Amino acid sequence: MAGAVWVLAEQWRGALSDVTYELLSLGRQIADGLGVPLEAVLLGSGVDGLAASLGVADGVLYAEDPSLAEPVGEHGSRVVAALAAEAKPGAILVPITNVSWDLLGLLPVRLGAVLANFCSDLQVVEGGLEATCLVFGGKMEVRAVPRGETAVFGVLPGARSADGGRSTRAPEVRRVAAGAAPAGRVRLVGYEDPEAGDVDITQQDILVSVGRGLQGEANLDLAEELAELLGGAVAGSRPAIDMGWLGVTRQVGKSGMQVKPRLYLALGISGAPEHVEGMKDSALIIAVNTDPGAPIFNVAHYGAAEDLLEIVPALIDKVKERKGA
Amino acid sequence: MQQGGMAGAMKILVLLKMVPDVVEELEVAGDGVSLDRGFLRLIINERDENALEQALILKERHQGTVVVAAPEAPEVDDVLYTALARGADRVLKVTGLDEELGSRASAGLLAATLPAVPDLFPVDLVLTGCQAIDDLDGLAGPVVAEHLGIPYLGIVTGLDVDSLNVAHLSREYSGGVRGRFEVDLPAVVGIQGAEKPPRYVPIAKVRAAMASGRIESIPAGAAAEASLLDVVEMRRPVVAERAEMITGDADQIAARICEILDGRGLL
Amino acid sequence: MAQATVLETRDLTLDGLLATPAGRALLSCIQCGTCAGTCPYGDVMRNTPRRLIGMLREGFIEEVIASDDLLSCVTCYDCWAKCPRGLRLTDVLLPLVKEQVLLRLPQVPAELQSALSNTLRYGNPMGESPRKRAAWVESAAVPVPLLRDLGRPVDVLWIVECYAAYYPRGQDNARATARVLAALGVDFAILGNEEKCAGECARLVGETGLFDTLREQNLATFGKYEFARLLTSDPHAFDAFSYVYPMLGFRRPVEHTTPFVAARLDELKPRLTRELGYRVTYHDSCVLGRHNHLHDEPRRILEALPGVSLVEMTHNRDNTICCGGGGGGMWLDTFYKAKGHPRLSDRRVEEAAATGADVLAVSCPYEVPRFEDSLKVLGYDDRMVVRDVMELTAEAMED
Repeated sequence: MAGAVWVLAEQWRGALSDVTYELLSLGRQIADGLGVPLEAVLLGSGVDGLAASLGVADGVLYAEDPSLAEPVGEHGSRVVAALAAEAKPGAILVPITNVSWDLLGLLPVRLGAVLANFCSDLQVVEGGLEATCLVFGGKMEVRAVPRGETAVFGVLPGARSADGGRSTRAPEVRRVAAGAAPAGRVRLVGYEDPEAGDVDITQQDILVSVGRGLQGEANLDLAEELAELLGGAVAGSRPAIDMGWLGVTRQVGKSGMQVKPRLYLALGISGAPEHVEGMKDSALIIAVNTDPGAPIFNVAHYGAAEDLLEIVPALIDKVKERKGA
Repeated sequence: MQQGGMAGAMKILVLLKMVPDVVEELEVAGDGVSLDRGFLRLIINERDENALEQALILKERHQGTVVVAAPEAPEVDDVLYTALARGADRVLKVTGLDEELGSRASAGLLAATLPAVPDLFPVDLVLTGCQAIDDLDGLAGPVVAEHLGIPYLGIVTGLDVDSLNVAHLSREYSGGVRGRFEVDLPAVVGIQGAEKPPRYVPIAKVRAAMASGRIESIPAGAAAEASLLDVVEMRRPVVAERAEMITGDADQIAARICEILDGRGLL
Repeated sequence: MAQATVLETRDLTLDGLLATPAGRALLSCIQCGTCAGTCPYGDVMRNTPRRLIGMLREGFIEEVIASDDLLSCVTCYDCWAKCPRGLRLTDVLLPLVKEQVLLRLPQVPAELQSALSNTLRYGNPMGESPRKRAAWVESAAVPVPLLRDLGRPVDVLWIVECYAAYYPRGQDNARATARVLAALGVDFAILGNEEKCAGECARLVGETGLFDTLREQNLATFGKYEFARLLTSDPHAFDAFSYVYPMLGFRRPVEHTTPFVAARLDELKPRLTRELGYRVTYHDSCVLGRHNHLHDEPRRILEALPGVSLVEMTHNRDNTICCGGGGGGMWLDTFYKAKGHPRLSDRRVEEAAATGADVLAVSCPYEVPRFEDSLKVLGYDDRMVVRDVMELTAEAMED
């Protein structure tokens, strides 16, 4: 593969997302393996200052235009496609996030390039790239080799640690043309932030979920403290909602929400099928339940057959320690 | 592309497809690169089902017609009759596609075939799910939008159209944040979720649709694009059977949990 | 006393019903209100059978079927059992009215919708793979043959049904039942993944189209094999096979496991050797008990178990209090809670706890999860457990 490796630096509301650094870490590894440069592609308006943190890349291609102020796939994909048509990178890494999803879908079509989606890993194999992709909701893994001059890769968060993508080195920043102004048929009018207290648990990366084992509403503040420390939200199984400890919007399971957070802490939840079906696809499930035979342990990755009322306070202390709080 | 115009009624085209039903155990076929179709069941792509629901909601709100098109696949007839029972006006099945065709080629064939279908185009709005579990090499909405030369916006959970043929959309970001957009029609919209969950239609109505309704079979209007993505191997990811149990006193367990969280970048 | 009867007419809708003798009889209701008085949700439902029939007669049925009120009917057969005119309320009128309600509902409650869609697609309301329907067999202590592997006629085709096949506590019941059948030397087999839900609760909530589809599929499957009779663990399936399948020509003896075993207690007694030491109160199920009057059989079994003393709840036999799971109630808990309906299973468990018993015995698979939930919520789970009669029987068999 001859061309450079590009990483789409995901800029949203004035900040670069963590996944950008994960992709830089991955990009660096494969660029080195291929012996080609690594470039970060940054789109925006007045955000050239953000380029300074992209030093793991050899250079940053910065396209500045008012239409690129907010990431709209319709506009961003045109710009990147035009840049790529000229520069012919070998690989373009795009993060799989809500922010970049439309660009990920449009770019390969506009560029006439191959797409390998749902990548959990990328490896250099015999001078080319091989993607490992999770398909069918993660039930199957596929190894795929893209053909053609340029390949677009949709990369899942968590493919690499963001640490490997951070650097204090200042990269070379090159302004590139944003191309002709878009026709203006797609217009972002504004953002709506969620109402305070109106948490959508399906959007949370971390859920601290409680069941009957909480024993009483009085203990709910333990779960809330832990959730806050971890940057997540409190959810619950049926009994927690039925007993009035939590509102219906926090319910996980058959009668509640289907959630797939990065971390699901199941505390005092037995793991009845109606609950498990709502959270079994969580990336990491850690369960605490006094009953070692509780079915939750069949779906959890890690478990402790202990009383959550003992474990949670200890966990809060340890987390505080780690965070240096 | 001509505008359908709001005078009279809006015309919505819904594109849906069948995907493997993961309720069943998936097995790798003997060739080592694809799914064993022996016990495989297919189900409508959940987001496509939401796209249909949103189309029906718009039809009820503004009057209009909803046309559903799907590539031929096992069990798609049931889905198309159910769409009729739910309120779709016309259902089309594009035939002559290879069962193993990837997402991108399949969407490309639909985009190449549908404009030539009599009394179909122009449409005001094309709705399809913004994602499917088998979208390894392409997303349908962007492929179709590019082919038709109209804009695309995805991950949409709120959608309405005003009298000027402007769509007002709500798009999901993370953390519960929503973006409000305006899009000039015609456009392709990738639906994440409809305003309401897909409506239930009693089976008696579906059976009635099967008796009196009609699925139009449309032969694919072009050859499928060759895929540029070579699948070298398909396999099950290694999954642990049961939780790894952590023992010790509360502090030791808490410390181990922190270690695990740290390792996953969750702290 | 009202007796359960076979449904005679197929493809009946509400309009068609009123033209039949049964329909005309319904319209002769004397409006005494016994049905409303006995209905467990009579105080929260607007259209109890009395009012429903009154509205029908006066031509106001549209108002009834345009609301979701009838979804609160848990088809407990209480109105049917107490009606002084023996009107066919629960088995005939209510499902047909509910069919019209479902057709008009702008939004079917999500959990119910899932259960119905799953039943159509996978043959079970949980949405589990049909291929896993016999997975529980692997952990059964005795052989449980699949009819298609047997290659010969069998005496008893045992219809295990959905909750016993897929839910952990239901599987406990299935395994216990298998042990008991084996101990009795019964020549039995199961359909395994060829079995589909009997769909009686779908029918009772108004999805007659779904019931018809399932019945067609099940009858086609039955037609492939030779068996002398059906046995089932599920009272609702028992009703379907006994009273609704015959209208399509299915006429085979059907029994529920509890009376089946009760009739063979003498053969089983030598094996019932473990002293259980339980004070047991038996909950009569709406279908097995009130609809089919099979009250004595489970009690005979329980009394035959060593070290078991029986104590009765205040409302027993035909007066039993519904667990709230019938007629779609199993999948409408969130809907009921949103409406502020009290949980029927809570009411029943309070009564059970008041007896001082340590075991609440049941013979319907819905009752186990519903009563176990209530025990937890009410805080009685440290002093009472729920067990199916078959589980207790197997427990009394030492091995």
